[in-house]
Amino acid sequence: MGIQFKDETFRDSFTFKNSPQTIKRFPFPFPEDKYMYSVNIEPHVPGAKGSVYEHLFDVDEHYVSEMRDRALVLKEDPLRCQALPHMMTAQWDLLELIMECKSKSYPEHFTLEKQGDKWHWINRPLGIDDTFTFGDVSTLPYEPMEYITRQTQGDFAIMDQRDNNLWMDAGMVTTQADWSLDFDIGMNFMEWHGPVPLAHQMGVFERALKFLLNLQHGHPVRRLNWTMTINPRLDTSPENYHKWGKDRTEVTPDNVGDKVHLRVELQSLWRLPRSNAIVFPIRCYLIKMSELVTEPKWGRRFHRVLKDLPPELADYKGLTRYRDTVVEWLSKYDDGKPTSIGFGLD
Amino acid sequence: MSKNIGMQVVVTSVKQVADTVKCFRFVPVDGSDMVLPRFSGGSHVVVTMKGKDAAGNTVTYRNPYSLMSSPDDSSCFEISVLRTENSRGGSHFMHDQVKEGDILTISNPVNLFPVSAGGRKHIFIAGGIGITPFMAMMDALAARNGKFELHYGFRSRSHGAYWRELEERYGHSRVRTYCQAEGQMIDFGELLEHQPLGTHLYVCGPAPMIEAVKKSAREAGWPDENVHSEEFLAPPSGQPFIVKLKKSQRNIMVGEHQSILEALEAANVDANFLCRGGACGQCETAVCSADGEIEHNDHYLSKDERQSGKKIMICVSRLNGRELVLDL
Repeated sequence: MGIQFKDETFRDSFTFKNSPQTIKRFPFPFPEDKYMYSVNIEPHVPGAKGSVYEHLFDVDEHYVSEMRDRALVLKEDPLRCQALPHMMTAQWDLLELIMECKSKSYPEHFTLEKQGDKWHWINRPLGIDDTFTFGDVSTLPYEPMEYITRQTQGDFAIMDQRDNNLWMDAGMVTTQADWSLDFDIGMNFMEWHGPVPLAHQMGVFERALKFLLNLQHGHPVRRLNWTMTINPRLDTSPENYHKWGKDRTEVTPDNVGDKVHLRVELQSLWRLPRSNAIVFPIRCYLIKMSELVTEPKWGRRFHRVLKDLPPELADYKGLTRYRDTVVEWLSKYDDGKPTSIGFGLD
Repeated sequence: MSKNIGMQVVVTSVKQVADTVKCFRFVPVDGSDMVLPRFSGGSHVVVTMKGKDAAGNTVTYRNPYSLMSSPDDSSCFEISVLRTENSRGGSHFMHDQVKEGDILTISNPVNLFPVSAGGRKHIFIAGGIGITPFMAMMDALAARNGKFELHYGFRSRSHGAYWRELEERYGHSRVRTYCQAEGQMIDFGELLEHQPLGTHLYVCGPAPMIEAVKKSAREAGWPDENVHSEEFLAPPSGQPFIVKLKKSQRNIMVGEHQSILEALEAANVDANFLCRGGACGQCETAVCSADGEIEHNDHYLSKDERQSGKKIMICVSRLNGRELVLDL
């Protein structure tokens, strides 16, 4: 049986919500009752059945609606998808990676047939059935990265590796937590991490860069990152700050449960074979506070994490204005009982 | 990374391509569903060889070799191996023992010598067996109409591998050969002086050649970022010494012709590695103390890091002394 795709919105009417099964598989990012940066990188290998790690490119019930939202963002602002000319080989690498993974993971939804460089791609949920020549851009309706990422949940940054650094030279970014591809394109790893507080002093980025420069094909890695978003809005971009910035002022004790969302990014990193570039998919998962507290351990733990978060981090993540209101709301779900270490449920 | 050693391949052809160079072709083992990964020009694989030493004991050799086949051809991988005079075992094993039908273990391709994707023009300077990474790079560039030229020096026409094929394939405008026996030498200064902006330079060959090219590039005002080199560094020999592992409380003897990494592997200690040539940084190990002088042979650690005596690249560096205590 395939996935039942929902028809919902991430803007205006904001009808997004998670089904009970999807709440169960939410990648809750806190292994303990407090949070600090760490280079929390682990091998990106298939995980437990039903979890978001079961398949290397996870497809869930929000897929069709998320892709519709991406198309709307691109229509208003085509610069959300950009690639410098030398990234064409990497674009094809990415298209191949996603098509191969998805057709193996979800044969009921996606099919890839190859006859030499003549490829036939079927995406049933989105009603796409295309035949094209691998390596020949003129046979696709978009450039390869745009073509495949209009059909794949999550943002994508492709980094070229040269001069012992990584350069953000291509990307599809429409579901971002307040950063801009148009601003960052062409920057190197140290430059685009410039604004992150505390982590530079900790040497986090030097270590992470050293690690990534040696990332091997066939051995992708992953980590989780998190922030919070008011309303289930995927596109919280600097370009559209005027649309969503004011949402932060609208949090009240009565609407926390429905309006405030924990936003978790499942970030993975893959060496691409032909181009030696690295692709960085950033997959966003949203969960409402009212959904989160249906799992008692999550309610207790998130209350404690948010209450004790260092102010620099709260500022950087943009939580300061509504943090106290949310902590107060969550306190109803924290009876002070101990929580178990790790991600397992109590 | 030590995980990266597990792809089994069959040797389907062994060809003598020059006086002391053999070419080996690998394909996936029959019946396995393994597909060889695509790779980028300049990548190498580490080949694991199980041989016997003079006393009849099993010895494992692991050597990095550049992939020289077309990156677009996923049906096979090809490498070329120079039979070195002071072989530590690996190159002699490849030349004398490996035959068609044999099964070898290779790593995933790793690229520490990539073509700079944004470069407007690429100049390759090869010395001897240093030709191999450029063969895959040129193949990939030619496929997308990239602009390049190769300057390839070798000792004699019979010592140089592939020069005839390369001249035929790319023409004399893109491939220039220099035969030492015929008195031909590459004039680096002349070559590097009048190149257009955005040109990248790549050199692979013996250490003195790399140094000479880098020096000429600096003198001609080339930015360091546009000059790339790869030198396959075999772990040098030296006096035996003891490695003491602080965490696991073990003492391991490192032999005259063994690297620390090889000694650890022989003792079943799992240590990280990638290039085994002192370039990638993966095997960086913390030093607790050293009774003797550390001989840093890598290209990776900075001057300050070397002087601090706190770090060692165990794939190529060793101790001139009695005992080295590592934080392992």
